Amino acid sequence: MSEVIVVTSGKGGVGKTTTTANVGTGLAAAGKKVVLIDTDIGLRNLDVVMGLENRIVYNLVDVVEGSCRVKQALIRDKRYAGLYLLPSAQTRDKTAVNESQMKKLIDHLRDQFDYILLDCPAGIEQGFKNAIAGADRALVVTTPEVSAIRDADRIIGLLEANAFEKIDLVINRMRYDMVKRGDMMTVEDVVDILSVGLIGVVPDDENVVIATNQGEPLVGNHTLAGRAYKNICMRILGQDIPYLDLDQSISFWTRVTGIFHKSQEGRV
Amino acid sequence: MRLPNFLKRKSSREVAKDRLKILLISDRVNCSPEVLDMIKQDIAKVISRYMMIDAENMEIQVSKSSSRGRGNKNPSLYANVPILDLHKIT
Repeated sequence: MSEVIVVTSGKGGVGKTTTTANVGTGLAAAGKKVVLIDTDIGLRNLDVVMGLENRIVYNLVDVVEGSCRVKQALIRDKRYAGLYLLPSAQTRDKTAVNESQMKKLIDHLRDQFDYILLDCPAGIEQGFKNAIAGADRALVVTTPEVSAIRDADRIIGLLEANAFEKIDLVINRMRYDMVKRGDMMTVEDVVDILSVGLIGVVPDDENVVIATNQGEPLVGNHTLAGRAYKNICMRILGQDIPYLDLDQSISFWTRVTGIFHKSQEGRV
Repeated sequence: MRLPNFLKRKSSREVAKDRLKILLISDRVNCSPEVLDMIKQDIAKVISRYMMIDAENMEIQVSKSSSRGRGNKNPSLYANVPILDLHKIT
């Protein structure tokens, strides 16, 4: 049974692409066959975050227009067995693809993959409609900020109107030092306001920037964000993973030496 | 005794939460906070004909459905009207 997951947020810059890259990579590392589809036509980014930008020959628009076969456009990630990327077109716009074309493409890919992840563009226009058209479930990414939460609420409303039953929340860029000072909404606040199920909390971690610089997803490594993304993957796979209390998981020695930045406290 | 300023002031977290709650009510019904306030005042006016209510502390809320994603999809309006005196007409 394959599952099609759309990663969406409404607001731009909250971490949709990073989440798609890391969750996809994590699922592939767990032995699943995964394809990541960048549906942001005209502003493609998933290829650079994955570090596969130099290997693009064909793209999503070529596939739906029939200029190439699906197989020709899929880029195999050599680092993980079973991980593929279908890049978006950079020189076209969102009207180049419609919802029925997306559905057809996804139905074709369902037979070959365990997980199909769709990186949704920001906004609620055609690109969003395309991205959700063939999806079974949604990951809504937000940050603990008013603007991002407002947009996430709008997106959740639209997903519900489109009969989505599995909508899960990813809270990104959580800063526990700010929460402690009373200057950032807590995980509970955000979940309470949006009233959807939580699937993961990713702390604000500079390693995400470093990983993006290098074009290497950080899921599963020792960094806090890497661990948080791995936990999200495990939860997607149906495992009951407790939220780590990072105050305890940081060892006494690292506390003493102060290697860990203050913001690396909390839960993931 | 006057409390020091930092004790009285709401944390920015609380400010954000309160603002969002009000904002999302109007977002969800697609009408402005002013319209919602007018609805609230009208409800208060009607109920005041029959009983004494605390119009200052009444709350109205619009939710998309009783629990998200399940059951009927129609939005519903909840009004929480504190009654001061059931039999006294204001």
